[in-house]
Amino acid sequence: MARVVVDVMPKPEILDPQGKAVLGALPRLGFSGVTEVRQGKRFELEIDGEVTPERLAEVEKMAETLLSNPVIEDFAVRVVS
Amino acid sequence: MKVGVVTFPGSLDDADARRAVRHAGHDAVALWHGDHDLKGVDAVLLPGGFSYGDYLRCGAIARFAPVMSEVVDAAKGGMPVLGICNGFQILCESHLLPGALIRNDHRKFGCLDQRLVIENNKTAWTNSYEAGQEVTIVLKNGEGSFVADEKTLDMLEAEGRVVARYVGNPNGSQRAIAGISNEAGNVVGLMPHPEHAIEDLCGPGSDGLGFFTSLS
Repeated sequence: MARVVVDVMPKPEILDPQGKAVLGALPRLGFSGVTEVRQGKRFELEIDGEVTPERLAEVEKMAETLLSNPVIEDFAVRVVS
Repeated sequence: MKVGVVTFPGSLDDADARRAVRHAGHDAVALWHGDHDLKGVDAVLLPGGFSYGDYLRCGAIARFAPVMSEVVDAAKGGMPVLGICNGFQILCESHLLPGALIRNDHRKFGCLDQRLVIENNKTAWTNSYEAGQEVTIVLKNGEGSFVADEKTLDMLEAEGRVVARYVGNPNGSQRAIAGISNEAGNVVGLMPHPEHAIEDLCGPGSDGLGFFTSLS
């Protein structure tokens, strides 16, 4: 078993209203010094067997096809264990 | 015409859409997301709502529903397909239309009678209108802000594929775009809900009926 993480983030040029809402809430709670917040998604995939380059390529395909929308989001795939 | 209206788990406006289709003089055919079957319809409507709970992204799961492979094939073959609200999101996720719809810039769910200009009256769904006609129909969404890269936006403008534009901009949509079409004009995505504006009694008027009478 191995765990592969896919991080999906809104593209820098895409407005992120959720991140803006979080940014607006921080000073109200007394936290200061944060100038920007971007909110994304993290997917943890448990992979059966060893993570070969082929399996990793398949995860990339999953990220591109379903986990992210390439029109508005970027993704990054990494093996964590 | 026989107009199919797809029901996904979480669709809300499928009954209103079928009613609007009948009001315009067509036969409404209920289609089910889980069937690989368009039941011989001549046009398809993807209604508003929250298909599959809007999990992952709006329309992202619905895109892979069994019925969608038939819808995508039919759309590519020229069948008129209209996606309203969540249906528009599904058409973008299916790559039948460019761009995407993200959360409204003001972060609130908007629900209002919205003025629009019908800019392209050559599509299968807008030919009952005059080009440049202003109409008022219902807009209700949380994720209705249309986005695409500059190149795509320029292409949509140059090819006359901006079907409807907001008067004012209620949700931060780029270039105030409310609806677009594919290159052939048979596939149209629209954020506002014409099916809620087909008669005076229960809506802002009957300006939305033209989307359904356009089919012939």
